[in-house]
Amino acid sequence: MINLNDISKAFNQGRPNEFWAVRGVSLDIEDNRVTVLRGPSGSGKTTLLSMIGCLSRPTSGRILLGERNLSGLPERFLTGIRRETFGFIFQRFNLIAGLTVLDNVMLPAYPLAPSHPELVQRATALLEQFGMAGKAASPVEWLSGGEAQRTAICRALINSPQILIADEPTANLDTRLSQEFMAIIGELKAAGRTVILTSHDPVVSEAPCVDRVVTLRDGQVQGG
Amino acid sequence: MSHFLRRQRYLIDFTLASLGRRKGKNLGLLGVYTLIVFLLASVMLFSQALRQEAGLLLQEAPEVVVQRMVAGRHDLIPAAYLERIGTLRGVAAKYGRLWGYFYDPAVQANYTLMVPRTREIAGGEMIVGAGIARTRGLGPGDFLSFRSGGGSTFSFRVAAVLAADAELVSADLLLVNEADFRAFFGIETGMYTDIALEVRNPREVRKVAEKLSVLLPDTRPILREEILRTYDALFQWRQGIVFVLLTGSLLAFVIFAWDKASGLSAEEKREIGILKAIGWETADVIRMKFWEGALVSLGAFLLGYLAAYVHVFFADAALFAPVLKGWAVLYPQFRPQPFVDGLQVATLFFFTVFPYTVATVVPIWRAATTDPDAVMR
Repeated sequence: MINLNDISKAFNQGRPNEFWAVRGVSLDIEDNRVTVLRGPSGSGKTTLLSMIGCLSRPTSGRILLGERNLSGLPERFLTGIRRETFGFIFQRFNLIAGLTVLDNVMLPAYPLAPSHPELVQRATALLEQFGMAGKAASPVEWLSGGEAQRTAICRALINSPQILIADEPTANLDTRLSQEFMAIIGELKAAGRTVILTSHDPVVSEAPCVDRVVTLRDGQVQGG
Repeated sequence: MSHFLRRQRYLIDFTLASLGRRKGKNLGLLGVYTLIVFLLASVMLFSQALRQEAGLLLQEAPEVVVQRMVAGRHDLIPAAYLERIGTLRGVAAKYGRLWGYFYDPAVQANYTLMVPRTREIAGGEMIVGAGIARTRGLGPGDFLSFRSGGGSTFSFRVAAVLAADAELVSADLLLVNEADFRAFFGIETGMYTDIALEVRNPREVRKVAEKLSVLLPDTRPILREEILRTYDALFQWRQGIVFVLLTGSLLAFVIFAWDKASGLSAEEKREIGILKAIGWETADVIRMKFWEGALVSLGAFLLGYLAAYVHVFFADAALFAPVLKGWAVLYPQFRPQPFVDGLQVATLFFFTVFPYTVATVVPIWRAATTDPDAVMR
């Protein structure tokens, strides 16, 4: 369970261009559920997602992961939690160009230094699961949008995280690929993972696997 | 394998893959870097080898040489001075030497004519240095004619050619017997070019020189250690000249390498953001960049040093020999003994590998400490 307690986030605080992206959000996100943060551009959903995923800290308020308070942890500990608990799928996939699909998938595990054969085996199994085994040795710039996204999913899952975070995952996909993506999310939920997505795409928010849709506007929760 | 080593291996793997992505640029850098190390290491190895060689050859030279001075110039010394020296404590042997120079207009080169102390040479015969033999196309049995200062022509039969292993000092050497030498240069019996003294105990050499100055005020004693010091200074000076000549290219490289190493492209910054977002620590990113600098500079250092070693010890240092050996018509051909000075290697390593590695790590520090959520925006 992730508990957000009166979370606010300001950018450029104390300067003339100070901007509050998230204001007083309180929310409980349950385990093994698919939660969608929905809202128009600038509603604060990506900022909220990055705070949940330990990519940034709230200006005020508390975030609890289980019993653990994440808000006050130093950067090093946040990195450790991010690596072991969360898997990330970014809007533009953010794969590293020039490296192969397999290398990209294995990247998040490098700092944990597992044995190399074991890591390759794990990555290959994931690529097989998502129908990408044939592309393992291809550079990522050769991939189509759907293939790049499946590679990004494999990368997000390489450290077996409990929680998967996806920021606008269908923004660069057509309807068919978006539906395929949501089907994969359904499978991950069935496998016991918690998934948190941001999107304003109806294909995402209306997918059968989604348990809860939280609507945000101007940095505040409007409904859900 | 321990966790730490495995982690470093993963970082090195990633670094090599990263370097491979910009193959042309990185190979170009490696090439220029290797060339710089090669040039510097060649000069260092060659001048060190020359000093070493000179030192080895001078081991055979007498500890003290006494020259008579007339009006500040070196003059012939009478054999009577040997008597005047008498028995000096510490001096194991003393003898007069005969040597001089002869300019051969045929090849426009200066020869050194000398009477050997330990080798018997028949009248009318000579033993020639390898450089002369090469230049004049001589072999045993051939004849060589010179016109002396008195106007008469002397013909010598070549009895042998000196061994090539001492060519650095014997390339221009001609050995003749005493009678022929005196006749050729018109030096009367009882006069020598200088007097050599052998002193067994190195700590007594200076004392002997002091006594000689008192005993024979019109002479100057020249000590072997002073000659060695002069050689040392000479080769170091020549090495310095080459380094000065190389400074321009060295500076160009420093600017190029600094720009390459310290400038982070937008793509590299984005990649650092991604790595941090997917769970790499700031320290991992810095270590990765450290390996990038270390692998490039270490690779260039090893390649450059190895190439320099081959260049100096197996290819006769073809690039630098004329400058470092000094000017001569009769260039000695010799292969220096392979010799590597640990301190020199360390110095070169410090001035090449260290700055580049630091230059790669410093800018990454700033980039790596930015918030990982930058990739979400």
